[in-house]
Amino acid sequence: MIGFLRGVGNRSLDRVAGVGRATLVLTAALWKVPRLSDVPLIVKQIYNVGVLSLVIVVLSAFCIGAVLALQFHTQLGKFGAQDAVGVGLALVLLRELGPVVTALLFAGRAGSAITAEIGLMKTTEQLSSMEMMGVDPLHRIVAPRLWAGFVSLPLLTAIFNVVAIYGGMIVAVEWMGGDQGRFWSGIQAEVDIWDDIGKGVVKSIAFAVVVTWIAVFQGYDTEPTPEGIGLATTRTVVVSSVMVLAIDFLLTLSMYGDFK
Amino acid sequence: MLMRTVEISTGAFVLAGTLALIFLAVRISGVNLTADRSSYTVMARFNDVAGLQTRAKVSIAGVTVGRVAAIDVDMEYGEAIVSMELKGSGGVLSMDTGAQILTEGILGARYINLLPGADEETLSDGDVIEDTQGAMVLENLIGDLVTRLGAS
Amino acid sequence: MDDPNLVEIKDLHFRRGARVVFDGLSLTVPRGKITAIMGPSGSGKTTLLRIIGGQIKPDAGEIRVAGRDVGGLGRAELFELREDIGMLFQSSALFTDLTAFENVAFPLREHTDLPEDSIRDLVLMKLNAVGLRGARDLLPSQLSGGMARRVALARAIALDPQLLMYDEPFTGQDPIAMGVLLSLIKKLNGALNATSLLVSHDIHETASIADKIYIVADGKVVGEGHPDVLHDHPSSRIRQFVAGRPDGPVPFHYPADEFVYDVLGSGR
Ligand SMILES: Nc1ncnc2c1ncn2[C@@H]1O[C@H](COP(=O)(O)OP(=O)(O)O)[C@@H](O)[C@H]1O
Ligand SMILES: [Mg+2]
Repeated sequence: MIGFLRGVGNRSLDRVAGVGRATLVLTAALWKVPRLSDVPLIVKQIYNVGVLSLVIVVLSAFCIGAVLALQFHTQLGKFGAQDAVGVGLALVLLRELGPVVTALLFAGRAGSAITAEIGLMKTTEQLSSMEMMGVDPLHRIVAPRLWAGFVSLPLLTAIFNVVAIYGGMIVAVEWMGGDQGRFWSGIQAEVDIWDDIGKGVVKSIAFAVVVTWIAVFQGYDTEPTPEGIGLATTRTVVVSSVMVLAIDFLLTLSMYGDFK
Repeated sequence: MLMRTVEISTGAFVLAGTLALIFLAVRISGVNLTADRSSYTVMARFNDVAGLQTRAKVSIAGVTVGRVAAIDVDMEYGEAIVSMELKGSGGVLSMDTGAQILTEGILGARYINLLPGADEETLSDGDVIEDTQGAMVLENLIGDLVTRLGAS
Repeated sequence: MDDPNLVEIKDLHFRRGARVVFDGLSLTVPRGKITAIMGPSGSGKTTLLRIIGGQIKPDAGEIRVAGRDVGGLGRAELFELREDIGMLFQSSALFTDLTAFENVAFPLREHTDLPEDSIRDLVLMKLNAVGLRGARDLLPSQLSGGMARRVALARAIALDPQLLMYDEPFTGQDPIAMGVLLSLIKKLNGALNATSLLVSHDIHETASIADKIYIVADGKVVGEGHPDVLHDHPSSRIRQFVAGRPDGPVPFHYPADEFVYDVLGSGR
């Protein structure tokens, strides 16, 4: 019993220590403002985490938009409110699904890749050798990936939303025979630039920080063995997905909290 | 050569993302950057605003002229005070303008309809509309009907 | 600069969790010589090199490199000191996404403002020194183990360091690659006017080039001297290690119950 409690205590302390290490990694990496000479490194990483995530994001966005439009069309059709399909689609995407689904896809595609890459660099002593050459891997390896993640996810989210709304429009207008003019005017009448778009962007920035931070830290903190890399990669996807959903709940509560 | 492909596709990605953001702002939210954005606020007291939400539309003869900005309660009189943000700078609607809460369709959202009057004086920022008609609550209507049927 | 020793370690203590890695280790690395540290796997050789490079902070003890107290250096000074140290890692540790050329150019680009054509000349010179000028455009995945280690060596000497540290350079190398590495280490130490610190458990190769050998066990130096002297060392442990005998004062068997008890299932 005592042993069990001690185990629980030790594991909790490990968690707390992990949060501490993660914070140190983040602050140490972001301490220095990126210099002009760091730009090529960041560009390379935006390519790795942003451009390479585009295909999965665009495909998912189109499918999700189309499916949502289909569901909204049948359900709202029961009340003769097909004209509200566009509005429903836009609000659901801008406020919730866009930021959340893109962040989850990003965690699976880019987050896991970041963790595996940094973990492999640690396991093969590339990080150590860099340090011994007088180059700080936190600035050289970790920081560009952090900045690239911060930039890429909000952009991916915007692209996701546009593609999804178009996917929905194709279903609602071309396929279900809705009216294109009313689809757009309905959206424009209801969507507010701050309440719906701005808050969605705030969410995607928050998710970008959380997912990239977790991915980079899990890589940097990997146990330097092949199994260690596998475990760290899995942890990145699991922990960041859970964190995205939890933070989304909290942000929705605090930003749209007047549900009464 | 390889680096060049990376740079070009990254540039295209950043541009596409930025364009998507601009598209969302302009096309989706319908922000009009050139139009007159000025507005003024008038209040209205209602006995019942059940179902009315902030950001609900305010219209005259079916044309949207503003939004509900806030809904507060006056504890003393047991009334709701609705603040409406109307486009323009005031001085157009007469002082005896009426306000009624209507419903879009049968189950649709509540909105406020304004009925301009004939007074010389006009409403400006901060004025209060007194001639109001609150929300028709379906339960009350049915209750009314039942008692009347019972009485006859 | 008149100090005859480039590295001095006094009374080093270091533990990892419950395991004591160093328990009062002291040694010196004389300038211009090749010094070897030998010990069985897990005796803390890699750890020692990292402590010298300031990557790991010891629990107690003094480490001086070129007269500077490594423990007392700030972050910036430490990175400055490391520009004077070249280290060849056990796993070569080449950057996998860079070509051989770019790997060797890396420290030059980071620490100098040399124009591109000077960097090119320097890199080709270093690659030529390890015989791999022709492999400059290959990626690490296209290099054999021995070639990768030579590229890593070229990278380690890119900034003409004062101190060269080698972590088990012979492990996993075929006999030819081993011979190439041996002659390179010897040649580079002379050509660069550098000091070499070599960590290994390959006794014969090490003995053939080292000027001085330290044998480390149980966190301490248990023997030191010229390779020839160690063969006739009074300690039987050292003679066992030097001769490479599997059993002796360092037992072959991990402590256990008598074998018969285990076999009969009546142990403990
Ligand atoms: N990151 C680490 N965490 C815990 N123990 C470690 C770590 N690295 C090395 N050790 C332990 O420290 C001891 C010395 O390791 P090392 O210096 O790699 O030995 P060597 O290079 O002589 O084989 C070993 O017992 C090893 O288990
Ligand atoms: Mg080792």
